[in-house]
This record gives sequence, C-alpha cells and structure tokens, in this order.
Amino acid sequence: MCHLAPRERELFKIIHAEFLAPGIKRFVIEAPRIARRQKPGQFVILRIYEEGERIPVTIENSDPEKGTINIVVQAAGKTTNLLNSLGTGDSILDVVGPLGKPSEIRNYGTVVVVGGGVGTAMAYPTASALKRAGNRVISIVGARNRELVILEKEMRGVSDALLLTTDDGSYADKGFVTDKLRQLIENGTRIDLVVAVGPIVMMKAVSEMTRKENIHTIVSLNPIMIDGTGMCGGCRVLIDGKSEFACVDGPEFDAHKVDFSVLVQRNGMYRDAEQRSMAEFMAKKNTQDHPEDGHACAGASGDRQGAQR
Amino acid sequence: MTTVAKKSLNPVPIKERMKIARQAMPEQPAEARAHNFEEVNLGYSAELAQQEAQRCLECAKPTCMDSCPVGVDVKAFVELIVAGKFLEAAAKIREANVLPAITGRVCPQEDQCEGKCLLSKKVKPLGIGYLERFVADYEQRLGTHVLPKIAPTGKKVAVVGSGPSGLTVAGDLIQKGHQVRVFEALHEIGGVLVYGIPEFRLPKQIVREQIDYMREMGVEFETDVVVGRTVTVDELMEEEGYDAVYIGTGAGLPQFMNIPGEHLNGVYSANEFLTRINLMKAYKFPVYDEPMLDLRGKDVAVIGGGNTALDAIRSALRLGARKAYVLYRRSEAEMPARAEEAHHARQEGIDFQMLTAPVKFVSDDKGWLTAARCVRMELGEPDASGRRRPVPKAGSEFDLPLSVAVIAIGTSANPIVQSTTPGLGTNKRGYIEASEETQRTTRKGVFAGGDIVTGSATVILAMGAGRRAANSIHEYLTTGQW
Repeated sequence: MCHLAPRERELFKIIHAEFLAPGIKRFVIEAPRIARRQKPGQFVILRIYEEGERIPVTIENSDPEKGTINIVVQAAGKTTNLLNSLGTGDSILDVVGPLGKPSEIRNYGTVVVVGGGVGTAMAYPTASALKRAGNRVISIVGARNRELVILEKEMRGVSDALLLTTDDGSYADKGFVTDKLRQLIENGTRIDLVVAVGPIVMMKAVSEMTRKENIHTIVSLNPIMIDGTGMCGGCRVLIDGKSEFACVDGPEFDAHKVDFSVLVQRNGMYRDAEQRSMAEFMAKKNTQDHPEDGHACAGASGDRQGAQR
Repeated sequence: MTTVAKKSLNPVPIKERMKIARQAMPEQPAEARAHNFEEVNLGYSAELAQQEAQRCLECAKPTCMDSCPVGVDVKAFVELIVAGKFLEAAAKIREANVLPAITGRVCPQEDQCEGKCLLSKKVKPLGIGYLERFVADYEQRLGTHVLPKIAPTGKKVAVVGSGPSGLTVAGDLIQKGHQVRVFEALHEIGGVLVYGIPEFRLPKQIVREQIDYMREMGVEFETDVVVGRTVTVDELMEEEGYDAVYIGTGAGLPQFMNIPGEHLNGVYSANEFLTRINLMKAYKFPVYDEPMLDLRGKDVAVIGGGNTALDAIRSALRLGARKAYVLYRRSEAEMPARAEEAHHARQEGIDFQMLTAPVKFVSDDKGWLTAARCVRMELGEPDASGRRRPVPKAGSEFDLPLSVAVIAIGTSANPIVQSTTPGLGTNKRGYIEASEETQRTTRKGVFAGGDIVTGSATVILAMGAGRRAANSIHEYLTTGQW
C-alpha cells in the first residue's frame, strides 16, 4: 500500500486572465468537475490563499470539454483586488461549485434580461439558455460609463434585441436600465418574464416597476456567504416574510417577494472590517509599489460583497 | 475442565480500589482560559493515568462497553494502561475506534461507558474518557503507529462528508482492504470537528493528526466537492466506478425561531458564528481575512442549551464579551449539554438564564441588534419528549440588552444530496432513510449514517453509525448481496 499522502488539493489553475473593463477581470480556470455540471444562474465560492476569506463569484460560462469555467470579478474590497492581481499561470487555492439552484429555463415567450454592471456576467448564461429554449430575448445592459460596459458582443449574440444605457451617457443612451424597461412597457411590448441581475438598487427598481405591471420577475441575490451549502445560514434573505437561504434555495428568487432593505442592511454587517482590510491591503501595496514612501492609500472601498455586482 | 481466571496485573487489591479517588483532570485555571483559545483540559500524565486505571474493578461482565456506540473494549485497554503498555492500549482502542484522541475529548462518557461503570454505584466512575485521551495523545506524541497490512480487494468506496461518521467509515474500510476516497464540501477535512467544535475543547491539531494517520493508511481525500452539486451520487457510481457510496453529510441547515428580528445585524446562527471562528479563524482578523463582529466589551447571548450553544458562548467570552448569557427555555436539569461543559462554562463566568426565551429581537434604526425581548417560563406537563413543557409566565417580559445573539436551537436536514439522488428515500423531516442495523438506504449500494439520518446527535453516535455502515458495506462488497 502506498504510504504517500495523495495530493488532495489540486490547485485551481488560471489558464487565461483578461480585463473586460477597468477593475473587471475575466478568469478562465481549470475546474473540470465544475465545468461539467455548471448551469446558468449558478455561482462558485472561492478562497485565494490560506488566510483568505470565502467569497461567492459569478460563473460567466464554462467549457465542459476543456474542463474550464469562466468567472468574472469586479475589484471592490481586498479579496477581489487581490484576485484581480492574479494572472495567467497563477492558481487559486479553493474553488467550489457550481452552487445554488440553476435558473429555470423554459419557453416563457418574451423574456427581458436585465444586466447591471458586472451582474451582466451572471445574466449572460441565463439569456443564452433562454434564447436556446426558444424565447424571444430582449436584453438591457447598463453600466456607469462607456468603459464599464461588459459582454456587449456576447449579449448581442444571444438576444433578439439589445438595449444599452450608461449612467453618464458616455456610450449608447444616457440613463438607467429601468428607463429602457419602462419604454418597453409603455410601447406595449408583451413581456412574460423579467430576469434582473445587478446591484441591489437596480434589482429593487426593476422589481418595483414590474410589480405594478404584474410581470413575473426573477432576481439573483448576492448576500454574504461562507460555505454555500446551507450549513451556516449567513446568507438568509427574507422572502415573503420567511427566511430562505440564498445558497441553497436561491440565488434566484421571485423579485416581488424579496425584502431588499434587509439584504442591503445585512450586506453592510462587516463594512468596518472590510474597510480596514482594504486600507491595510492598499497601504501594503503602496509600500511595495513605492518602497521609499510608506503612507497608506485613503480611497478604500470596502464593499466586499458588492464586489460582484 | 476448570477455567483459571486470568491473573490481574493490577497491584491494588479489589477492595482497596474504591478508596482511590478519581484522579482529577488537570485543567487551565478558569480566569486564564476565559481569555484564550487553548485547551481547557490538559490531559493526564502517565502517572495519573496509571493511578486512575488502577481503580478499574475488572468486572467479569463489564457493562462499560455495552453502551459504547463503537464497542471499545474498555476493560482490555485499561488493563494495558495498568501494565504500562500505553501503545498497546492505543492499538486496542483503535480496533474499534479510529478517532480516539477526538472521542476521548468530546464523547459524553457520563451517558455511556462511565455511566455504566460499576464504580459509579458507590463512588465516582472510572475516568474512561480521560484514559482514552491519554493513550491516544501518548501514541501521537511518540508518532509510532503500527500500520496494519492488508491485501487490497479492488473495491472502491466513496465517502461523502469528512465528519466523524465519514472518517470512521473510511478508517474501518481501508483496514479491510478497500480503496476509499472521502469527498468534503469545505476546504478543510473534518466536518463539524473543524468548523463546529472550538479549539479549547478539541484542538484542530489533534484532528489534523488523526486525519494524517488515515492518510498514512491510504485513505484519499478530496476537498471542495459538494456532492449533489459538483458531482452526483449516480455519477460517482456509474462514471467514477465506485462500488458503494456512504453519505455522512451531517446535520445541515441551522434552524431559526421564526420570531421577529432574526435578520438583524448581530443575530447569528451558531453554525455561522462557530464557522467564522473555527474554520475561517475570523478571531485572528486581520491576519485572516474573514471578518466577524468585534465582541470586545459587548453583551452576547446564546439561545439554546446544547453543547453547540455552550461552544458558541464560551467562544464569545474568549473573544472579549463583557457579558455572556445562555438563554434556555427549560431548566438546567433538561439542558442537553454535557455536565462537564456546563460546569466549565460556569467556572469561566457564563451567566445561565434558565427558563428564559426570547420572543423578539429589538434593533436601532439602522438594523443593529440592541436587545432581546425575553419572557420567563415555568415548567408544565411533560411533552412528547418526556421533558416538562416550558410555558410562558404572564407579564414576565423584559428586555435583555445585547449586541450579538447566537441561535443554537438545532438544525434541519440539508437537502442537497437527497434532492439530486433519485430513489433515495427520506423521512417526513427530510432526513435519509437508513436501516438502523446496516445503514443501508433505499438505493442499492448507497449507505448513510450520522446526523443526516438521525438529526443532530453526538460525534460518537455518528461514529457508531459509521462503524455499522463499514461492516455492512464490507459485507455488501464481499458478497454482492443487497
């Protein structure tokens, strides 16, 4: 019998990494088990190094043949900044998934898929699957400015129509995704389902708009998580007044039943710690970048969980 | 033919043995340990162990092992300690128990072996748990394990979950010559032993050593695999060639009380609270990145009366909580926690508020917990569990100021494996149906045990199920009979 400990921790190797936009990076990661089973709407949890935290990250695509998954990460706090400093040939210590229930894919008729910011990366595989299921897919993609528009080509490829907005008007139409959604509704477009993935404020605004119109709406929620298997209950969200766990019962929920204010409140639970982590990380980074002057960088955003949207 | 009784190695005459006092477990002083995560119990020296072992009455029909879920031959290993053969004693325990350093620390011996010890009818029972821990630690310090030599059978078994029951199955089956691979959802091996039970009760180094020993025996481990998501039971059997699968995924989802305010910032499940501390080392923030709320100078309460509740509140105390309460709706007599743990907790300064239950969590306008609105209870008629039902006392409501509340009232079944394994039978509460004797499920070749079958129980009961499952899996693999 072999007495050598088997190598049980195969590192998850980064095959390719590229910036899609400033601060938003796509990684192609070797993860054959996850690639085989990933379905739209699911996510992974990763941990970069031994002392690292576990964070949920969007899966944008996967290639079961090559055994790779694509994840898209927006730098916001320490972990996401650290992740985005990795490149081709580096490895990630732990990647577990695919987690969460897959999106319910069937022919609804006409579906509007709304992607806000980096949420577009999660909306893309769902839009693609809905298109393949025979739906008419109208996609609305919004970003803060021209540079932050991601996956435009990919979204266009799976949509019957793609509507683009930027908050500042530096690209396409100035405005918010909800402006486009309102136009569709006002024009009398028949909408059987809306799927919205993005910042909480965006999902809430979409939800309020469609509630009035009685349009079934699905949102993908992004609470703080640890294990992602239902064990810790940290990701509990209030759905129709009842506790549900985003990691096993979600992450997709009926938007009209979601208590968004509780989600915002709970995502702020570790803001102080996140800001401290980020400030120390930036200070260290600056010292390394400029060894002579060791002063800390101020502009730290610690919104760790918001990182993904 | 006459049978000759084996001559006792014990130099102390039987009559004198009851006069020897039970040797106290050396422990860290309460004032010191309330502020650190070092182990509370320090362990017997060889001398103390031998003195304690000499108290054994060497019963002709020992009752101590009847109530051991894994059937450790207590009398035999204690006799070996008396003879100073500590390594042999460890090997004797390992015949039945692959994790002696762990069970020696966390088993409720008072309800099992020690509870049945003949000595306990007159004086204090033999310190069986302390002795088990002593020989396991002794063996570990020497670092000399005798690895059994076994002919491979060519059969492959997948074990889902690396907690106490999965490790037991793996340890038993590898010694029967089967190839065993353990799949773990988290990034570390050990299940509840690493995410749940705190360092001061079970040092993680002990768990790692026990697991390293299993690696040496040839058990393979794969982390970051959520069976049901990353790979299914069917795929393991049909595509990866496993001849049998054991499901030991543990207790699962934390329960909440469904009272107002459970979503406030500052309200944790015990699983989350303990996972942040034990698995993610959040108490070492910012060296470790995972954060938790700063408990220094804060008032913290745990709701519940089990071992998990005590683990959580004693952790909170060690993290600097100013006040640390246990709120339990029944009286102390009904508390499911081990007496030793409750005793230790009290020594450390935990404030036990018995017959008290929160009815609402109160917050400031930003959603942060400020208090638990509690009600005092009194005990009424016995309920289905045989324990007297707690009934709220009219007009007894009061607000207990708190910054953090930890809910430790139990768990419910995690559905991931069940919902992705067609034909796997479950009961009304969602737990997997498995035979009590063979741990067989309704699916051919699939076995289950531990908390995912019984609901929340103890480490040793999960190990007992693992032991039965290993025997039954071995039988299935060798006979092919289902």
